[in-house]
Amino acid sequence: MTNSQPRGSVTAVLEDLRGVVAAAHLLTDPAQLVTYECDGLAAYRVTPGLVVLADTAEEVAAVVRSCARHRVPFVARGSGTGLSGGALPHAEGVLVVTSRLRTLHAMRPEDQRAVVDPGVINLQVSREATPLGYYFAPDPSSQQICSIGGNVAENSGGAHCLKYGFTSNHVLALDVVTPTGEQVTLGTEAPDPPGYDLVGAFVGSEGTLGVATRAVVRLTRLPEEVRTVLAGFRSTDQAGAATSAIIAAGIVPAAIEIMDALAIEAAEKAVSCGYPAGAGAVLVVELDGAEQEVEHEYAEVERICREAGTFEFRMATDAAERAEIWKGRKSAFAAVGRISPDYIVQDGVVPRTSLPEVLRRMGEISAERGVRVANVFHAGDGNLHPLVLFDASEEGATERAEEVSGMILDLCIEHGGSITGEHGVGADKARYMPRMFTDDDLDTMQLVRCAFDPDGIANPGKVYPTPRLCGERPRVVQGAHPLQEAGMAEVF
Amino acid sequence: MGDDVLTSLAGTCTLREAQPGDAVDGVPATVVASPADAGETSALMRACDAAGLTVVVRGNASKLSWGRPPERVDVVLDTTGMDALVEHSRGDLIATAGAGMPLAVLRDRLAEGGHQLVVDDLVGISTLGGAVATGLAGPRRMWTGALRDLVIGVRFVRADGTVAKAGGKVVKNVAGYDLSKLLTGSMGTLAVITEVTVRLHPVPASSWWVGATVPPDRLPQVLGTLVASQLVPHAVEVHAVPGGDPQVAALVSGTPAGSAARAEAMAPLLGAGAQVAEEPPSWWGRIPTSDGAGSPLLLRTTARLSGIPELVAEATGAGLTVTGSAGAGVLHAAGDGGLDASAAVTALRTTSVRLGGSTVVLDAPAATKTTLDTWGEVPALDLMRRVRNEFDPRRTLAPGRFVGDL
Ligand SMILES: Cc1cc2nc3c(=O)[nH]c(=O)nc-3n(C[C@H](O)[C@H](O)[C@H](O)COP(=O)(O)OP(=O)(O)OC[C@H]3O[C@@H](n4cnc5c(N)ncnc54)[C@H](O)[C@@H]3O)c2cc1C
Ligand SMILES: Cc1cc2nc3c(=O)[nH]c(=O)nc-3n(C[C@H](O)[C@H](O)[C@H](O)COP(=O)(O)OP(=O)(O)OC[C@H]3O[C@@H](n4cnc5c(N)ncnc54)[C@H](O)[C@@H]3O)c2cc1C
Repeated sequence: MTNSQPRGSVTAVLEDLRGVVAAAHLLTDPAQLVTYECDGLAAYRVTPGLVVLADTAEEVAAVVRSCARHRVPFVARGSGTGLSGGALPHAEGVLVVTSRLRTLHAMRPEDQRAVVDPGVINLQVSREATPLGYYFAPDPSSQQICSIGGNVAENSGGAHCLKYGFTSNHVLALDVVTPTGEQVTLGTEAPDPPGYDLVGAFVGSEGTLGVATRAVVRLTRLPEEVRTVLAGFRSTDQAGAATSAIIAAGIVPAAIEIMDALAIEAAEKAVSCGYPAGAGAVLVVELDGAEQEVEHEYAEVERICREAGTFEFRMATDAAERAEIWKGRKSAFAAVGRISPDYIVQDGVVPRTSLPEVLRRMGEISAERGVRVANVFHAGDGNLHPLVLFDASEEGATERAEEVSGMILDLCIEHGGSITGEHGVGADKARYMPRMFTDDDLDTMQLVRCAFDPDGIANPGKVYPTPRLCGERPRVVQGAHPLQEAGMAEVF
Repeated sequence: MGDDVLTSLAGTCTLREAQPGDAVDGVPATVVASPADAGETSALMRACDAAGLTVVVRGNASKLSWGRPPERVDVVLDTTGMDALVEHSRGDLIATAGAGMPLAVLRDRLAEGGHQLVVDDLVGISTLGGAVATGLAGPRRMWTGALRDLVIGVRFVRADGTVAKAGGKVVKNVAGYDLSKLLTGSMGTLAVITEVTVRLHPVPASSWWVGATVPPDRLPQVLGTLVASQLVPHAVEVHAVPGGDPQVAALVSGTPAGSAARAEAMAPLLGAGAQVAEEPPSWWGRIPTSDGAGSPLLLRTTARLSGIPELVAEATGAGLTVTGSAGAGVLHAAGDGGLDASAAVTALRTTSVRLGGSTVVLDAPAATKTTLDTWGEVPALDLMRRVRNEFDPRRTLAPGRFVGDL
């Protein structure tokens, strides 16, 4: 295959699909297409050429085969909650929506496995598993609406991934439609399948290696005991010191989260979570496991928090109280809308030991630029979610906020961290990739993409800034990539 | 021949002519090259690429014979010179080390900070790079996952000499493809791993093993109860020899008081004769061997958790000794020379595939090795071939060693 042929049009794809996909599921009416113009990152909008609401894996395969035949780009979409523009459509491409594939094929607690369609909602898996004594560990805050397919594509995490890992640690096998239109199974239900770990490569590939049409995921046993603690501190430094001491004591909590004063104010306004009045920071720690161990860890955590200067220490004694503590944290992103008309949700990572220094620098940047930053973070693994607040109606405010947001990412890279811990690169951060990776690093990643997608039609323009054309080697200086010329340029 | 190769590689790194002992699974080597760092590795690989020489990467050669014999070995690339502990960040619970770092040395160094890389070295003398390249995993994978789940960053040199990295040194990171996972278990056929960053765990204060002999008819119930236990076993292992009753043992770790209490509470789950001990049973965390000298046939066989009792029965019925992780669904099976290897492989493979797993031949006597179907049917083999072809189009790295004779 060569890369020089011109791309075909979505009209050709539409012709192929008539009679294969129900007419009502082929959306071409501009009024309908507009619904799909963005994902959770509404700053980027592109109206797709065609939207297909697939009902089966075979339909997904038919769409992709047709796209491959006509060299038309396609973008997969689950629930559209992504925060990096990963599901941003292609103007001359097809948006393949997998939400209607939502069958829960099997719940097998005896094997600690569930077999699910990509459109199944994250929380639904845990809801079905809980009566059987199990749950699905990856728990993004969006879990009431985000799909398993989206989780797989983004390698999503959540508050509890400190102890239990991310989506990639919980997916054993995937049915995938590759960008060349083949239906293949990657991995086996048991671990250690022969050959390369293609499941490991696919998870987190943000829809650039194909469309997942079924997943075998791990179910995790519900813990015997759960204790959720809320500690109020005067400053984030104190809360950070408590975090470090907990880790140094050899404790791996299920979750350790910190919110700063501004984030608390927002959460309080939005959901009246009743966090300690006057707190400069709150620390939420969740301990789970066997009762005897949790009891011991709880005593340690309380001692450490008191030594670090907590002025209010609460423990949830039942599920309702636990939900109350989590309410403020889980609603934090949306809550910020109460204290600022507009905001950017940032997602960066630093080594945990750099947290105090990075928070201090962020405070300085915020003061220098006159841009408020609220902080909510997964303190246990150094994953920061600074919320950069601004008012778009104010002259130059958007630009200032974007600049601060970019400076925060630079700060993360400077400290040996990452530009994204869980929200993905998508359309939003592709331009930052060269700050973290060399050309050779990025070219090596492209090798995987070329193996799966030689024509570059799967979610083009996402993740990588200017992808090398497959078959071209070594890297030579190139002009604008055809994908950019074909309409993706407006994205950047 | 040796001289030609030495000449074409001159100046890249320390070189010597290969000895008979450097042969890889019976295939004689020409030159042994020992790069000191990624830069020398890159120079070496570039020179090999230019001269069309094949390369087999070698750590401690503990199990270099496993897998298929390579088609040709011009150069053995010895990684043991790259053995530095680059970083152990205690507050971040991560460590970075050279690929040639022996796991045993790494363990001692990390223990100074109360930490560990949770990997069970089943063969005793692996290097970190060798462990990653083979996807080493033992009993405690039930606790923290296998090595694939603990590797957070890799530095490597591609077949054409390109130096690259993936991942990083933070535990949470979704920037770009997770090449660390792709390289883990790739058997040295995609790139030469030069440095690895791993996630660490605290060393628990105390550990107990709860063990019992379990009649085969009770095995499903005992294993089912153990893996579902909220007492959080860090490992559940099974060991069985042909004609004998299976043995089961579980590892309980944690605080001194807590773990002791949990071990006592777990004992009844294994049955009346269960024992709580401070030491593991002798077969724990080892590759099984048969009674005869060595282990002429060694298989890895997997199944969904509920299928493990059937797989154990199938293996022992075929005359194989099995040891492995009932808590993860992965077993090793060994048989001696008297066995019909081909029949044993076929029987176990049929059963394991039906139970959601696979069976691969890790090692076999030279006479039968090339006649056995090493990997069985590999799902997505065509995609794997394309990945290999992108990374190493000239098949420089260990040609023929991996699935589909890649
Ligand atoms: C309020 C809020 C809170 C959030 N909290 C978290 C959090 O705590 N942790 C976290 O990790 N994320 C979080 N997110 C981000 C987002 O919810 C996750 O990335 C989620 O996994 C996306 O799922 P989705 O179904 O909405 O995917 P979409 O947004 O539809 O798509 C996301 C990406 O996946 C691809 N994709 C979708 N389906 C498939 C498929 N079947 N096959 C292949 N590729 C596919 C798309 O092409 C796109 O690149 C949050 C988002 C919001 C709005
Ligand atoms: C197919 C297979 C499966 C195995 N599975 C298990 C298992 O499940 N559990 C277990 O305990 N042991 C397993 N082993 C054994 C494993 O080889 C050894 O336990 C050990 O990890 C190897 O360490 P070493 O340093 O001695 O490597 P060696 O024996 O020297 O090399 C082993 C393999 O890794 C490659 N390799 C070594 N270093 C590098 C590097 N830096 N970069 C790239 N490639 C490299 C070699 O080319 C060779 O293919 C397996 C071996 C094989 C071949």
